Amino acid sequence: MAAKVKWVTDIEKSVLLNNFEKRGWIQVTDSEDWNFYWMSIQTIRNVFSVDTGYRLSDDQMVNHFPNHYELTRKDLMIKNIKRYRKELEKESSPLAEKDENGKYIYLDFVPVTFMLPADYNLFVEEFRKSPSSTWIMKPCGKAQGKGIFLINKLSQIKKWSRDSRTSTFVAANSGKEAYVISLYIDNPLLIGGKKFDLRLYVLVTTYRPLKCYMYKLGFCRFCTVKYTPSTSELDNMFVHLTNVAIQKHGDDYNHVHGGKWTVSNLRLYLESTRGKEVTNLLFDQIHWIVVQSLKAVAIWAFPRPPLRFHFMINIHITYSPVMNNDKHCFECYGYDIIIDDKLKPWLIEVNASPSLTSSTANDRILKYNLINDTLNIVAPNGEIPDCRWNRSPPKEALGNYQVLYDEEQALSENADLRSRSGQALGSKSTRSSSVRPVPATWK
Amino acid sequence: MMEEGADLSVTIAQIVHRLKGAHLHSQLEKQARECLHRPEIKLESLKEDVRSFLKASGWERKLQNAVYRELHILPPPGHPAAPPEHTKEPLVYMRKAQASWEKRILKSLNSMCTELGVPLARKRPVSEQKELTNKWNEMGTDEPDLSKFRPVYAPKDFLEVLISLKNPNYDCREGLTANSHWGLIQISLNVRDIPQMREAYPELSLTCSQLGIDDHAHIPPDLFESEHIRIGKKVVSEQDSAAAQQYSRQGCPTGFRAQLWALILNATNEPEDIMHYEQLKAAVIHHDLLVDNLIYKDVKLTASNDDYYFVFEDFLYQVLLCFSRDTAVLEHFSYNSATPPKSYIQGKTGAEEFTVVYPPNGVIPFHGFSMYVSPLCFLYNEPSRLYSVFREMYVRYFFRLHSISSSPSGIVSLCLQFERLLQNHLPQLFYHLQAIGAQPLRIAFKWMVRAFSGYLSTDQLLLLWDRILGYDSLEIVAVLAAAVFTFRAENLMEVTSLASAEAVLADLSTLKVMPLLQVFLFA
Repeated sequence: MAAKVKWVTDIEKSVLLNNFEKRGWIQVTDSEDWNFYWMSIQTIRNVFSVDTGYRLSDDQMVNHFPNHYELTRKDLMIKNIKRYRKELEKESSPLAEKDENGKYIYLDFVPVTFMLPADYNLFVEEFRKSPSSTWIMKPCGKAQGKGIFLINKLSQIKKWSRDSRTSTFVAANSGKEAYVISLYIDNPLLIGGKKFDLRLYVLVTTYRPLKCYMYKLGFCRFCTVKYTPSTSELDNMFVHLTNVAIQKHGDDYNHVHGGKWTVSNLRLYLESTRGKEVTNLLFDQIHWIVVQSLKAVAIWAFPRPPLRFHFMINIHITYSPVMNNDKHCFECYGYDIIIDDKLKPWLIEVNASPSLTSSTANDRILKYNLINDTLNIVAPNGEIPDCRWNRSPPKEALGNYQVLYDEEQALSENADLRSRSGQALGSKSTRSSSVRPVPATWK
Repeated sequence: MMEEGADLSVTIAQIVHRLKGAHLHSQLEKQARECLHRPEIKLESLKEDVRSFLKASGWERKLQNAVYRELHILPPPGHPAAPPEHTKEPLVYMRKAQASWEKRILKSLNSMCTELGVPLARKRPVSEQKELTNKWNEMGTDEPDLSKFRPVYAPKDFLEVLISLKNPNYDCREGLTANSHWGLIQISLNVRDIPQMREAYPELSLTCSQLGIDDHAHIPPDLFESEHIRIGKKVVSEQDSAAAQQYSRQGCPTGFRAQLWALILNATNEPEDIMHYEQLKAAVIHHDLLVDNLIYKDVKLTASNDDYYFVFEDFLYQVLLCFSRDTAVLEHFSYNSATPPKSYIQGKTGAEEFTVVYPPNGVIPFHGFSMYVSPLCFLYNEPSRLYSVFREMYVRYFFRLHSISSSPSGIVSLCLQFERLLQNHLPQLFYHLQAIGAQPLRIAFKWMVRAFSGYLSTDQLLLLWDRILGYDSLEIVAVLAAAVFTFRAENLMEVTSLASAEAVLADLSTLKVMPLLQVFLFA
């Protein structure tokens, strides 16, 4: 009889527990032998920290990549995307093409963002260019909308200026009190006069080759209060933030629908009011954004200094990919996207630990199915995981996931077609053979 | 369909009379005058040249659409000696039943009014007017105390009235015969059976392609979808109402359903329409009506709790509050069996010259009324356009779902048709259900009164409403109700109570309407 999978978790959520139980898996503690550990992000830090030297065996899988924060911490995500763009530019990749205003044509999908206090002066320069703009301050290390506020005057963020003597923050490197400040998207697409954002789930089973899957059942989160760009409402978080954790406490929060819409409703609405072509284009762009953001951390980076800088000793120049593609790992990210009134999607952030709390009955069903479909892919047939699995799930096993980008498959197709431009396999071709370019202009 | 001879000239005269003085008339005159400056207009052939110009510039098409619209609402020709009530409803017993139902509703409304000490209408103080103007786009955030208001009636109250309808000429005490009807409706009307539906709805047949079936993801678009879309684009560019209606029978592509429906209904968004809407909005700002509270309550109870429509809560207020004040709606009472309720200005009860129609549009909303508007919010995001389309849908179709009449699209006929279709198609199921006290109509009624809004998923509902517009009839609603029962027949045969039957049919959100209809009628 096949051995049963032994699982551990430090997240007590029914959608998880029910899924493990229905597979007949056995719950154990983390000090025992385990095969599958669904851990919180605090725990993953310990597992992979240099000090503990945890070694995972072939039959063990965890639900986070060791340095997922390269994508899921707001400041690091921005840093990596900016670096990725610069590298593409250096190589004269067509992806990095810019328009006459100097904006990236295909890679302009994050709002202008700066790190504070590190980039304070750069930010001030940008702020002065459009002094009537609004900016959103977000603490790097927090989630669920905590600590976020809007500003429209420099005086409101004085204490983050580098020279400020009243500043009480800790050094930027430790990341403790670091903030990012982004240009606030003040022209969001409104539906029924309400602002919303999109939450999409993306599963990554490997970064190199990149294999990612988009969950078809994403949802829109609506603000319960009417959107108004007026300055008097800047402090009213119910107007501006769509996090359910915040909306839940508003007066108008409804526990039947939870202020959520399915992505298919959004599609129907957009197709009906704007037309099918622009709607398809929008969704193509959303898929493109997700893939590019993953590529930004997946690819080989130019030399990076190791974390500790050794004076007077040879500086090891290592070609190191940003994301540690540990074979014991997979990850299900929660992507937050905002669509503006020109139907342009913007990447706001990526969550490593999307909430598994259910706010409505529909929600519970969705999250239960999300975990179920995820487990069906990463632990096929409910068997003991093998970290060397081929990561090529058959179509029937995908459930509500659809393949977003399968680099392995794309490469093999390229090789079959005998690529016209004679690109060599390797980092360069992985960039240019992206599956979802912006249509019509991609060569 | 045009009759010959005298009837035709009467019809033409009626339509000309209606269109004369309408905005379109003055626009045509203006166009004709202005085109005289054009080089191609020659004095010798003035008449023909002006006509050709109007044709080429699309104005003739607009006139055609307007005529087509008038034909839709034109009542069937009657005997010249017949009184106007006959146009509203030819059968006397139905008229009487409708009148007594209206009396009940009005009584209920008046007593609520007295009980709560709220006037039927009240002018708003200036400060309140200002506040409402500011809050116009977010009335949903208002939390008026609605606890004391109750809906004037709910569909099930109306059903009881329909069940008690009796034709004095028809003796139904004969006992069980081959023609006995097991259902709740006790009168006899001419409703179409399956063979007749097949003849009338050939575009739904198995051999005919359509949206909702042949646009499924697994089917290559070249087989039907692409061509259908191409034709649809042409119809829209030609701006032809009649063509749009015919086209809609096979379903409207999501990308231009909004334009097609507006075209079929000839619901324009000209400056005059926008102005009319603004006037209605001003009327809302100036006066508060008791029925406004009924509207608020209805929206809060229904649309605000709906997974699909909660987003549009504010649009619903903006449409329905204006709708209540639109006296243009009164026109439709000439062919509606209902009569607008009249009220008296305070202190002048009984004096004929002091009667006012209440509410101004003559329509008292009931529980679920806002669901007529909700699906349209997926198609139109400009309030005046949304309003225009909704109003036309109401005066062509929705009014029939809550008034007692003998019209084939009227709710009475739909109920009877539903029962007959189900009884003839699945007699065993029908018998079983009525034997356990779960008369099918008791469950299906609420679906039909709302034309399935709020019960089907929106994309499916829109496909259904495509066909209502395409065939200019609500019969398809009765057919779908029967098809749904048929689909769940196996489970229904197992139930032993009304409650469990309701449970089996509680969730229709996963149903695909076109396959259901197709199988029911043609398989």
